Amino acid sequence: MTGAQPLLTVEDLRVEYQTRKGLVRAVRGVTFTVGREKVGIVGESGSGKSQTGRAILRLIPPTGRLTAKRLGFEEVDLLAADERTMRDVRGQRIAMVLQDPKFSLNPVMTVGKQIAEAYRAHAELDAGAARKRALDMLAAVRMREPERVYDSYPHELSGGMGQRAMIAMMLGTDPDLLIADEPTSALDVTVQMQVLAILDDLVTGRGMGLIFISHDLNLVASFCDRVLVMYAGRIVEELRASELGQAKHPYTQGLLAALPRVDQPTRELAVMRRDPAWAMEPVG
Amino acid sequence: MTVAVRRRGGLPEAVPSTPAPMLEVVDMHVRFDAVHAVRGVSFSVTQGESFGIVGESGSGKSTVLRAVAGLNSGWSGAIRIAGDAVGPRRERGFYKRVQMVFQDPYGSLHPRHTVDRVLAEPLAIHGLGDAEARIERVLRDVGLGPAFRFRYPHQLSGGQRQRVAVARALILEPSLLLLDEPTSALDVSVQAEILNLLTRLRAEHGLTFVLVTHNLAVVAHMCERLAVMNQGRIVEELTVEQLRAAEPREPYTRQLLRASLGYDREAARNLETFD
Repeated sequence: MTGAQPLLTVEDLRVEYQTRKGLVRAVRGVTFTVGREKVGIVGESGSGKSQTGRAILRLIPPTGRLTAKRLGFEEVDLLAADERTMRDVRGQRIAMVLQDPKFSLNPVMTVGKQIAEAYRAHAELDAGAARKRALDMLAAVRMREPERVYDSYPHELSGGMGQRAMIAMMLGTDPDLLIADEPTSALDVTVQMQVLAILDDLVTGRGMGLIFISHDLNLVASFCDRVLVMYAGRIVEELRASELGQAKHPYTQGLLAALPRVDQPTRELAVMRRDPAWAMEPVG
Repeated sequence: MTVAVRRRGGLPEAVPSTPAPMLEVVDMHVRFDAVHAVRGVSFSVTQGESFGIVGESGSGKSTVLRAVAGLNSGWSGAIRIAGDAVGPRRERGFYKRVQMVFQDPYGSLHPRHTVDRVLAEPLAIHGLGDAEARIERVLRDVGLGPAFRFRYPHQLSGGQRQRVAVARALILEPSLLLLDEPTSALDVSVQAEILNLLTRLRAEHGLTFVLVTHNLAVVAHMCERLAVMNQGRIVEELTVEQLRAAEPREPYTRQLLRASLGYDREAARNLETFD
């Protein structure tokens, strides 16, 4: 933990869905805090990592039920807050970047207009000031020609440029916390590196908090300060990223062993044997 | 073992003193209207070898593979399978020797066809009898029991679907398997299972692999040799030992290798663009 007062406190968070096949418990009693640091949430599909990220902003569809003992962001009680307060929190104080810019950007509006629109809505800037800040932010995420990108439509940009444009949009309002859900999974490794460097600068330079959700254990370990490993809706292990090698939980160990590595040849990859006990909630 | 391999692979009985490579690509060019996607690519893969093609998006790696598979007709150059030149249009016999596994098992299986129908169709097209026994054998081969035979894709997990896709490719007993990002849509624990399966099948059936991926670690695990592509050209061809020793000759390959090892502040600052 960094600092006495965390930005975000999550205690016993649960997300449940009533379906035709019965109750699906997507997140089952998750507890963690985030300060001005990089926290990684790692897990496989269905582990509840994305649901956890969305639950923080209360972005759960009406069929879902969100409960927690505590869900606090600085002075705001996110559980009790009305929709008006939530709208002020979303995008302004807590921002979110999703995996694929193709689905997050409006295809029939230029990139610059969308970014400026977000600033006008959240930062209450006039049109001229919003445009100027959009151009500044596009330059800050290392676009080579911010003017050209501003006037481009999403389909005219590559995946990496689209994702950087999304980050520019999210960061122009100077949020305190950024939730990034697989922000680089659709990108090439070298572009991924550039995007991560931008996020890294924002955390170290502006003191932003970052929740980095990913399936890639090695990437998270090399990038984040702390790692939460999720399995079946629960955090099964929490460790410092530098201590990933000393992971104790068999699931974390299994994930590490299943990864092929350039530097460590093996004839056969270790196959995970799942223990039903991993999914059980501790008693008491 | 070797006898079984020849029968299954349909290789010539009399092996010449210097056998022709299983796959030979000479000076391949692929153009899509104004885009020159593949610019003079040549490589060859010997029988039983596993060859990797890596590159970032837009490098032309999948286009090369699709041209070999007969899915792109607008290519020029030469493609030879075990010495036989193939043209832009493939005859039926080609697909008994060359089969492909695609990236997305959700997209590559017909949602309203059962596993049985998916596997029976190639047999019917090629007029192969004994469908019953062949389907059961290939399902066993990919680690799915007979219980999976009458299921639909939506009743399968991602890993099981990719096993069905592998079974569909193997049922004609090809000798060359083209793999296009076969595990990138899968979780790492499932990826490990599919990669182990492919390794076992290659050994048991004496298959030749051409594996296209953006993942250097997967190539290092699966292949003996690899080609690195950028902007439609092969930048460098190297052995996996050279890759492991982190001694690629080309700066492009070195940068790609560095970036795949994880985040590094210093490396991120020094990224170069290669045109």
